[in-house]
Amino acid sequence: MSFWEYLGNRHQQLLTDAFQHASAVFQCMVVATVVGVALGVVTYRSEWAGNLATTATSTILTIPSLAMIGLLIPVVGLGVPPTVIALTLYGLLPIVRNAIVGLRGVDPSLVDAARGIGMSRVAQLARVELPLAWPPILTGIRVSTQMLMGIAAIAAYASGPGLGNEIFRGIASLGSKNALNQVLAGTLGIIVLALLFDAAYVLVGRLTIPRGIRV
Amino acid sequence: MSETTSAGATIELEGLTKRYPGSPRPAVDNVSMEIKAGETVIFVGPSGCGKSTTLKMINRLIEPTGGRIRIGGEDVTDMDPVKLRRRIGYAIQSSGLFPHMTVAQNIALVPRMTGWPASRIKARVEEMLDLVGLDPGEFHDRYPRQLSGGQQQRVGVARALAADPPVLLMDEPFGAVDPITRDHLQDELIRLQHELHKTIVFVTHDFDEAIKLGDRIAVLRERSHIAQFDTPEAILTNPADDFVSGFVGAGAALKRLNLTRVRNVEITDYPTVAVDDPLQEIFNKLRSSGTNEILLLDKRRRPYKWLRRGDLMRARGSLARAGTLVSDTVTRDATLRDALEAVLTDNAGRVAVTGRRGEYEGVVDMETLMNSVHELLEADRLEAVEAQHDLESARTELTHAEQEGDGERGEARA
Repeated sequence: MSFWEYLGNRHQQLLTDAFQHASAVFQCMVVATVVGVALGVVTYRSEWAGNLATTATSTILTIPSLAMIGLLIPVVGLGVPPTVIALTLYGLLPIVRNAIVGLRGVDPSLVDAARGIGMSRVAQLARVELPLAWPPILTGIRVSTQMLMGIAAIAAYASGPGLGNEIFRGIASLGSKNALNQVLAGTLGIIVLALLFDAAYVLVGRLTIPRGIRV
Repeated sequence: MSETTSAGATIELEGLTKRYPGSPRPAVDNVSMEIKAGETVIFVGPSGCGKSTTLKMINRLIEPTGGRIRIGGEDVTDMDPVKLRRRIGYAIQSSGLFPHMTVAQNIALVPRMTGWPASRIKARVEEMLDLVGLDPGEFHDRYPRQLSGGQQQRVGVARALAADPPVLLMDEPFGAVDPITRDHLQDELIRLQHELHKTIVFVTHDFDEAIKLGDRIAVLRERSHIAQFDTPEAILTNPADDFVSGFVGAGAALKRLNLTRVRNVEITDYPTVAVDDPLQEIFNKLRSSGTNEILLLDKRRRPYKWLRRGDLMRARGSLARAGTLVSDTVTRDATLRDALEAVLTDNAGRVAVTGRRGEYEGVVDMETLMNSVHELLEADRLEAVEAQHDLESARTELTHAEQEGDGERGEARA
């Protein structure tokens, strides 16, 4: 069976996997973004707290993903929970780091001006600091998403959802006539998804970065 | 609060002190001053003298560790700083405009926060742009990065004034623009202040800027100690001590010339004739005038030529060829410095003064200029000595401790 025949036969299954893959990554990214930006906002003003947040999240990233999921299975069981937890944790680092860098990079004279004209602390953050730090934060989100696309494939090891299942099935049945097709379909599917997400982020950037600071 | 302007409010600082934890000396030590409503006061001093810190304590961007602040008689030392700052305009160096907001959004920020209705905000933005000399139609929707430095600074001032605060704090607002633009902005600020009568506190390290803008200047030394707080005239002619005279720099008398206009000095009348007068009359005037020289005016009574005795003879009676063209004139609004410049470059040492449409009004020459300057400096000196005397007798009544050192110094000078 050629690769194209394989795709034709299995497109139903592949689309479901792709959708679940994208959906898992997307939802984890939303959670990671909220948590990551919140961590950034809470820690960026203090030298040590910011460094602690960056170090902690980068430590998480150094744990091999297979090991992380393996460690989570005894705690939260198989399936979706270990996938979501692992993906969210891995997604944090680029967002936290870019949020801290972005917020610290806001021109201090602008923060001074914001306070000076009578903005409350919340207004300073919401109207001045976060909008100005948004471009680097969005870059962090993009990097995170690319990374999670690959890591999400490992989730199949814990019976999680997504295109990883294709890859694992192919690897498990190496030598059979469809093994290569399965691995290839899963891998290419992830690449296509990653490219689609990236295109979406370009669009999001166009829509959300104010014209005055767009480069 | 009226739609157009609310005039200034007094600012009283009483024993204002800022002590940073871990540093043995206070950054600002016990500053007391009273600023009158509608007055422009300049804080000037070397870098790191605490002038900016003192300014930022007025709107409590920096919380004072001691002392009181009263604005318009109301003690604001303990009120909610966010509410306080919405009542005080604040303009800083490099404009502080938010780059992600349009010019209009920037200006509308404070009125929006104070809860003005949208229609009033819209009208106010147009009004403010107009006030700072920017065309609302053209600049309304621009982003700060699409503006020149000077334009950004204007928008910064417009934003500071948008909610019509009685007090305006300016922290080296013109420090980052080129000298020509700075000069324009200073002129604009003077014009604005003539219209608005806000209380302005302005920080700079440029003494010439201080002289140009200030009704009164506070020369600050380290830890914001007030070395002298007085009118520019008094500081120039009678600096309180070596620190102040060092800061005033060389050429105090020359700088003083910037503070007086031609209208304030004596303008001498000169014999004049008009181009369409008959030649005989011109001859007669020349002969009868004691000055050896008369001024020929054109048909619209503007200075045209200087005529000396003998000029007409040499030109064989032709007015077109006789005499020397008037190269330079000054208006009554020109500073004495401009007048001096014109007199010095004129080879006969005099310059014609003209009115609004260029018509002849009189002549200033070297002698009148010198006499006026001497009188001015002398008057300044007397006034300053008198003011100092008053101040010292007031102090003597207040404390006995301070009386010793200061009193001696004052008497020595008097």
